[in-house]
Amino acid sequence: MSNDRADAVTPAERESQLSVLRRGWRSSPDLREGARLTLALALAGGAGRVVVPVLVQQILDRGVVSGAVRMHVVVGLAAAATVIITLTALASRATRTRLAIAGERYLAALRTDAFRHIHRLSLATQTEERRGELVARVTSDVETLSQFLSWGGMSWLVNGAVMLAVVCVMAAYDARLALVAVTVVLPMAGVLRLVQKYMSRAYDEVRARNGELLTAVSETVMGAAVVRAYAAHQALRTRSSAAIAGQRRAFIRAGTIGALLFPSGEVFSVLTISAVVVGGVWLGPASGLSAGELVAFVFLVGLFLEPVAEFTEIMDQTQMAVAGWRRVLDVLDTPVELPDPAPDVAVTLPHDAPEIVVEHVSFAYTGAETTRVLHDVDVTIRAGRRVALVGATGSGKTTLAKLLTRLADPTEGRILVGGVDLRDVDPRSLRSTLVMVPQEGFLFDTTIAQNVRFGRPGAGDAEVLAAFDDLGLGPWVDGLAAGIDTPVGERGEHLSVGERQLVALARAHLAGPSCLILDEATSAVDPATEVRLSRAIESLTSGRTTIAIAHRLSTAERADEVLVMDHGRLVERGPHDALVSAGGVYSRLHARWLSATAAIGS
Amino acid sequence: MTPPPVSGRLLRRGLVVVRSEVRLHPRPFAVAVFGALVYALATIASSAVIGRVVDRVITPRFEAGHVASGAVVAGVLAIIGVGLVKASGIVCRRIMANITQARVQATIREEIVERYLHLPMSYFQTHPTGELIAHAGADVEAATMVLAPLPWSTGVLVLLVVAAGWLLATDVFLAAIGLVLLPSLLLLNIVFQRKMEEPATRAQDRLGVVSGVAYESIDGALVVKALGAEDSEARRFAHAARDLRDAKIDFARLSATFDALLNSLPSIGIVAILVIGAWRVERGAVTPGTLVAFASLLNLLAWPLRLVGWVLGDLPRTIAGFDRVKAVLDQAVLDQAVPEERADGSAGVGSAGEEPHGHAIEVSGVSFSYEDGTAVLTDVSFFVERGTVAALVGPTGCGKSTLLQVVAGLLDGVDGDVRTELPVALAFQEPFVFADTVEGNVALGHDLPAGVYDEAVSVAQAAEFIDRLPDGLGSVIGERGATLSGGQRQRLALARALARRPRVLLLDDATSSVDPATEADILSGLASAHSGMTVLMVATRPSTIALADRVLYMESGRVVAAGTHAELLASSAGYADVVRAYEEAREGMALDLEAS
Repeated sequence: MSNDRADAVTPAERESQLSVLRRGWRSSPDLREGARLTLALALAGGAGRVVVPVLVQQILDRGVVSGAVRMHVVVGLAAAATVIITLTALASRATRTRLAIAGERYLAALRTDAFRHIHRLSLATQTEERRGELVARVTSDVETLSQFLSWGGMSWLVNGAVMLAVVCVMAAYDARLALVAVTVVLPMAGVLRLVQKYMSRAYDEVRARNGELLTAVSETVMGAAVVRAYAAHQALRTRSSAAIAGQRRAFIRAGTIGALLFPSGEVFSVLTISAVVVGGVWLGPASGLSAGELVAFVFLVGLFLEPVAEFTEIMDQTQMAVAGWRRVLDVLDTPVELPDPAPDVAVTLPHDAPEIVVEHVSFAYTGAETTRVLHDVDVTIRAGRRVALVGATGSGKTTLAKLLTRLADPTEGRILVGGVDLRDVDPRSLRSTLVMVPQEGFLFDTTIAQNVRFGRPGAGDAEVLAAFDDLGLGPWVDGLAAGIDTPVGERGEHLSVGERQLVALARAHLAGPSCLILDEATSAVDPATEVRLSRAIESLTSGRTTIAIAHRLSTAERADEVLVMDHGRLVERGPHDALVSAGGVYSRLHARWLSATAAIGS
Repeated sequence: MTPPPVSGRLLRRGLVVVRSEVRLHPRPFAVAVFGALVYALATIASSAVIGRVVDRVITPRFEAGHVASGAVVAGVLAIIGVGLVKASGIVCRRIMANITQARVQATIREEIVERYLHLPMSYFQTHPTGELIAHAGADVEAATMVLAPLPWSTGVLVLLVVAAGWLLATDVFLAAIGLVLLPSLLLLNIVFQRKMEEPATRAQDRLGVVSGVAYESIDGALVVKALGAEDSEARRFAHAARDLRDAKIDFARLSATFDALLNSLPSIGIVAILVIGAWRVERGAVTPGTLVAFASLLNLLAWPLRLVGWVLGDLPRTIAGFDRVKAVLDQAVLDQAVPEERADGSAGVGSAGEEPHGHAIEVSGVSFSYEDGTAVLTDVSFFVERGTVAALVGPTGCGKSTLLQVVAGLLDGVDGDVRTELPVALAFQEPFVFADTVEGNVALGHDLPAGVYDEAVSVAQAAEFIDRLPDGLGSVIGERGATLSGGQRQRLALARALARRPRVLLLDDATSSVDPATEADILSGLASAHSGMTVLMVATRPSTIALADRVLYMESGRVVAAGTHAELLASSAGYADVVRAYEEAREGMALDLEAS
C-alpha cells in the first residue's frame, strides 16, 4: 500500500499534513479539552530532567570548593533536587495519563463515528476491495494514531521540552560553549535524515520480500494437492528457498543500515563533549565559566542527544499517523449519497402490501453517461403481485433491485412505494416495509437464532422458531445439532449455501415486511434443500408484493408476471406463457434454458 | 514484589528455545555477544575517562589556572577513542544479532516449507490455510524475536557486574548505593513487564474484537442495510471501541507510573551518589573526578537496564511462537506413498506398483474416514474399463472428490485396494495456479519431452488464450501476474494433467467453468489424441454426463448404482432427482453465459 509509505509524502502533501492536523484538531473537542494543562505539565516534566546536570554543577562549584566540602550546602542542594525530581516524575506521569485518556476517548469516538458513517454510505459504490479499505479505516488507521499518541506524541512533547530546557541551561552557563555544542550537533540531524531515508527504503524492501515469502509459503499450502498429484516438490522447494533467501537478505540489509544509524548519536556525543571540553579549557576560569558548569555541559550534551535518535523513528511514525488520520477524516467527510429525509417530510408507510411504481428511472454509477446501466425504466407493480425479474448478467436487474430497496438513488426519475417517493420515506419505515434477501445469504458469526433476530431485534426464541415454522422449516431446524442455537461460523460457513439462504429467509420473514426483494441464489444446492427453499419462498412471498431476481426457469414460470431486462432497459413484461409465445427476448432466453436442460434428452 | 512462581519455568523454557535456535547459527551470535561485551566495557571506560578528565584537565585548569596541553589532547583522544570503540561495539552487536535473527528465521522457514511439501493431505484439510501460512510468517518472527535484544542484555549483565566491581574496588560506601539501586531497578523492570502483560493482552484481545466487529459488519453491509440494522451495529461497535479504549487507558496509566519511576530512580541514585560522594571527597577517599565518573555511569546504566525487562517481556511470545513452529516440525510425515521423484514426473499412486488385473481402474472395498471419525467413503468397489469414459455422479458432499483423490493416491489411511494403470493424473475443479509462467505452471518443475507441451495445451483447448496473453507461454500468471478466468484456469490444469501423458485421467468437475461446446471439443480431443486413455470424471452438468460411456452413481460415501445414463434414469430414483437438480441449477448458467 503505497499510501502508507512515509517517504512517499510529496511536499504538496506535506503542506496538507498541517491542514490535516488542523482539521483533526478542530473536529475533536475530546483532544482539546485540558490540552493547555497537559502541555504545561509536559514542559514541566521535560524541564525537570535538567536537574541532574544542574545539581552536579552546583555541588562541584558550591559544595566542593578547593578540596573543602561544605556538607550542609550539598545536603541542601540534594534535598531540593530530590523534590524537583519527584515533582518532575509526577508531572510526566500526569502528562502521559492525561494524553492517553484524552487521546483514547477521542479515538474511540472517531472510530465509532467513522463506522457509523461507513454504514450510511451508499452500497452501490462498495466493491469488496473498497470494503477492505473501509475496515482498515476504523481498525489499523486508528491504531496507528493510538500508537503515535502513546509513544510518538508523548516523545514530541517531552523530548521537545527536554531539548529546549537543555539549550536554555547551556546558554545560561556559557553562550559560547552552547553555540559550540549546538554547532557540532547540528550536522547530525542531516546525517540522520539521510540514513533514515535509506532505512525506509530498506524496510519497504523487507515488506515486499515478506509478501513474496508469504506467497511462496501459501503456494505450498494452497497448492498442496497439486504438489502431491504432480510431484512438484522440487519446483516449489526452489521457489520457496529463493523467496526465503530474498527476505533474509533484505532483512539483513535493513538491519545493517539501522545498526549504523543507531550509534551515530554516540559518535556525535563524544565529538561534542570533546569540543566542549577543549573550548571550556581554552576559555578557562577568567571567562566566568566554572569547572562545575563545564562538567555539567558533559551531562547536558548527553541529555540533548538522547532523544535525537528517537526523533528519526518518530518522524516516520508521525507521518504515518497523520496519513492515517487524514484517511479516517476523509471517510467522515465523504458525502452521504443517500440523505435521510428531513423529519418533517419523512413519511411512514402503511403495513399493507404496497404498489410499486418505477417512474422513468435511469441510473449511472458515477453519474457519467457512459456508465449508465439503467435507461428510462418505467413500470408499475400492483400491490401483492409476485414479479420475476429476468435478464442476462449485466442487464441491470440487480441494479434495479438496489434502487428498489434504496441502496442507491436513481440518477433520473423516481420510485414510488405506496404512492410515496422512496427518498421521502422514513428510513426506519423503509427498512421494515421493504426487505431485501441478498443472494449470498450473508450470516453473522453467531447462532442461527441471533441471525434471525437481526430481522426484528428483541424477538424471543418462540418468535424465531415460529418464523421457521411459518416457512415450513421447523423440521430442518429440529434436525440441527443445537436447533436455533447452532453457531453458523464466520460468514455462516458452517452451513451450506442453501441452508444459509434458509436462515436469511427466516430472518426476512421475522422482519415482517410488506414488500420483498429476493435475489435468488445461483449456486447449486442439494436436491433436498432445493425443495425446502422453494417451499419456504412460496410461504414467505404470499400476501407480499414480491420482486424476485430469477436465475431459474421455474421461478419465472411461477411468477404472476415476468419483467425482462436487456442492456439496462425493460424490454418485455407479461405472464410467462404470453412472453414465450411472443417470440421476443424472453422466448429466446427460454429456448436457451430448454436446450441447456435438455442436453441429455431426458 | 516477588515474581510469580511461573518465572522459573518461563526462564527455563526460554533458555531451551534460545539454545535450540542459537545452535542453528552459533557464530554470528557469538560475534554479537562479543560486540555487546565491547560495548559494556567501553561504557564503563567512558565514565572512567570523564572522571579522569575532570581530575586531570578540568580541575587543574579551573583551580590551578593552567593545564598541560598534552593532558588536554590525551583526554580528548581518550573520550573520542572510547566513544568510537563503544560505537563499534554497538554496530557489531546490532549487525550480528540481526544476521543471527535473519539466518535462524530463514533456516526455520526452510524446514517448515520442507515439512509442508511432505505432510499428508489430511493435515491441510484439518488446518486453516491462514494459520499454516502464519506458522512460516508471524510465528517464526515471534519465535526469533528474543534473539535481537539477547546479546545486548548479555552485555548489560556484564556491564552491571563490572560496574559493581569497579564501585566496590573504589569505595565501599558508594558501592553500597550502586548495589542497592541497580538490582532494584532490574527488579522493577521485571515487575513492570509482568504487570503490563495483563492490560497489554487485554488491549490486544479487545483490538481483535473491534477488528472482528468492523470486518463482519462492513463485509455484511448489505444485510445490515437491508434490515435497517445500522444503529444496532453502531452500538455494537461503539461498545467494542469503548472496551478497547478502557484497556488502553489502563495500560497507559500503569506504564505512565512505571515510566516515571524508572526515569526518576536513577536520578535519585545520582543524588545519593553525589551526597555520599561529597562526604567521601571530604574524607579524601575519592576525588571529585571519581564522583563525576560514578554519576555519569549511573546515568548511562539507566536505559540499558530496561532491555533486560524487554527480553523477559518478549519471552512468553517467543516461546508461544516457537511452540507453534515446533508443532509443525514435529508432525509425522506419512506420505511415503507419494514418492517425490519419479522419472516421468507422473503422479504418485496409493498402492503404487500394484498393477491392476485387467481394467484400467480397480477399486475394491475402499473406506476412508476423516481424523475426527466422520466416514466419507464406505466399502466402495467399482472398475473402469480401459479406454472408456466413466462419469461419477452424486449429490453434494457424497464423497466424489474424495474418491478421486483416493484413486490418485493422494490420501493416507485408506482401507481397501486401489489399483490403476500408471501414470495417473488428476485435474482439480478449482485448480491452484502458482505465481509462475504458464509454462512453469504446466511443467511444475519437470522437464517435458519435446512436443508433449504443445499437444497437452492444444487438447486442453488452452492454446488460444495462452497465445493472447502478453508474453504467451512466458506470461506470469497467478497472484502477481495476469488473472485467468475460471474456465482458463481449468483448461490450464487440464494441460498440466495431460502433459504427464497419463494412461488414467481423473477429472474432478474439471471443466465445470468451461462452456459446453468447448468441453465437448476437449473430451473428443482426448479420445483422438490419447487413444487407450481411461477417463474417470466427476460430472455435474447434464451435457458432461452425456459424454460418458458409463455412469457411477454415489450416495453418502457409497457407489450405489452403475450403468449407462439411460439405465440409471430408469433404475435409480435418487439419480433421476440429482440430474434434475443439476438441470435446474444450470439454467442460471445458461443465462449468464449469454453475457460472457
